[in-house]
Amino acid sequence: MISRTERALNYIVLSAFTVVVLLPVGLLVLTALKSAAGPSPSFGFPTSLHIENFVAAWNQGHFGSYLKSSAIVAVSVVVVVTVVCTLAGYAFGAMRFPGNKALFYLLMLGIVVPYEILIISLYYDFRALSLTNTYWAMILPHIGLSVPFGTFWMRAFFLATPRSLVESARIDGGTSWTILWRVLAPLARPAILTMIALVFMWTWNDFLIALVMVSEDSLRTAPLGLGYFQGRYTEQTSLMAAAAILVATPVVVLYIFLQRHFIRGMLSGAIKG
Amino acid sequence: MGQVSTISSVATDQPVAETPRKRVGRSRRGRERVPGEPRKIAYLYILPVFVCYGLFVLVPMVQSGWISFFRWDGISVGTWVGLNNYVEILADPQLRNAFVHSLVLILFFSGLPVLIGLLLVGIMSRARIRGMTFFRTVLFLPQVIAMVVMAVIWKWIYAPGGVLNRALEVVGVDALTRPWLGSFTWALPALGLVGTWMGFGLCMVIFLAGAQSIDRDLYDAARVDGAGPLREFFAVTLPGLRPQIAVAITITTITALRTFDLVYLTTSGGPGNATTVPSWEIYQRAFLTGEVGSAAAIGVVLTVIVFAVTVGIVRLGERRHT
Repeated sequence: MISRTERALNYIVLSAFTVVVLLPVGLLVLTALKSAAGPSPSFGFPTSLHIENFVAAWNQGHFGSYLKSSAIVAVSVVVVVTVVCTLAGYAFGAMRFPGNKALFYLLMLGIVVPYEILIISLYYDFRALSLTNTYWAMILPHIGLSVPFGTFWMRAFFLATPRSLVESARIDGGTSWTILWRVLAPLARPAILTMIALVFMWTWNDFLIALVMVSEDSLRTAPLGLGYFQGRYTEQTSLMAAAAILVATPVVVLYIFLQRHFIRGMLSGAIKG
Repeated sequence: MGQVSTISSVATDQPVAETPRKRVGRSRRGRERVPGEPRKIAYLYILPVFVCYGLFVLVPMVQSGWISFFRWDGISVGTWVGLNNYVEILADPQLRNAFVHSLVLILFFSGLPVLIGLLLVGIMSRARIRGMTFFRTVLFLPQVIAMVVMAVIWKWIYAPGGVLNRALEVVGVDALTRPWLGSFTWALPALGLVGTWMGFGLCMVIFLAGAQSIDRDLYDAARVDGAGPLREFFAVTLPGLRPQIAVAITITTITALRTFDLVYLTTSGGPGNATTVPSWEIYQRAFLTGEVGSAAAIGVVLTVIVFAVTVGIVRLGERRHT
């Protein structure tokens, strides 16, 4: 019923748009592999693959340090958010208590609020406490910003768990704590994985919070480092391209392995964007 | 898609999968604690989340709201100015323009990608597509790459000697080449196109998945009624994609409203003030020019807009759905 031409059309259309998406990415990769691409990178192929750009970006470009900073911030945020949101999601999703709904809505406000407004006060508060230019200045705001989505996500999971499971565990003498960690948490692995992936991505890719909170080079995160680098070394495009790839790779690799998780999570966390 | 119903369920307050608990509880033999009965310990479970949330979201939010009523340079004591900062947003053309620019960006970030996505769904037949995972992975890729990286790439593309101008020369339309990011008229649309590039993959993924789940019978019924492909699209596909369109518009619009990285790294609001956006103005005023009160007011307005857009679209997207 569906002709071969129709089916071919599907593939042609999809392929065409796939190419459009990949063109800028391809430009980046090509530029990173050239010895010195000059101020206006083009699509020409390099004569040989100059991997030393990556080494240079890591060392002279300080991106080894920048990546380390990003890792410290992102991992800290992910660990705290995972624990804290599993606990809260469990309570919101599986327990009844006065104010369950109201408190949850209060929390959901956090998904909608753009952090541009928060960063103003956060900066001046942290400055007053002499906490700017520390890892805390980046870790703490990100935790606050991620818990609304994390709680929403885990709550959705716990809401969907069959009551019978919880009840039978309760009959066996389980407390809420043991039920959570022995019975439900193993089941929650996919949900937790999605939450980890998204929180990691949002924290890693952040630019503004790092920009505002941190000016010392030793603390700069990868995106911030790239922005700083671009401002100073606009001519060294190959080095910049290699650095950009270093910045983007961790999230992209995570994404390739967990793409289904990413997509599902992002589309349901639509409000967070 | 179930996920959309989750969001709308938050908005309309109907949990997706909640079985009536009281009934199950009462049917059990009498015990000291009936499953489903309110538990005080729940507060202990949610406490950590609310400490983090309260300290790093609620408190700053209230503080920023408070600051918006002052004129403050960030160093000395501020002076109360009431609603002055808000009036300034309406009166000062520079601030007004920042919001106008956001509207333009919304058109590029959201309007265009949604249209492209819908067009594609209209063109493509509903045949099974082999390798959809691959296509989906690539199409969604711009959503996970850091904005910084994309700003770097597109700055190269738009450079006077960059790929775009060179391509135009090759095709023979030299007259169209220009310094895109340095042009008063073209800088904003150029940035908008970056958003279009980011967003159309997202829309395609969402709409294609959504189209798969539209009831076949509806199409058959339309065909029986003599509807051609165009009528089919408007009568069956489009209404059937309502929730997906809502999700796509929400995500892309909010991305547009909150654009900062792109502007900061490519044009710095320039040339002149041609590409200023609210978040850029906030950054400038809060941290560079010492107009923190004004920045806070812009922040409040931005928050209200984002909130209104989100709630509005979610409600629109699910009215008449089911």
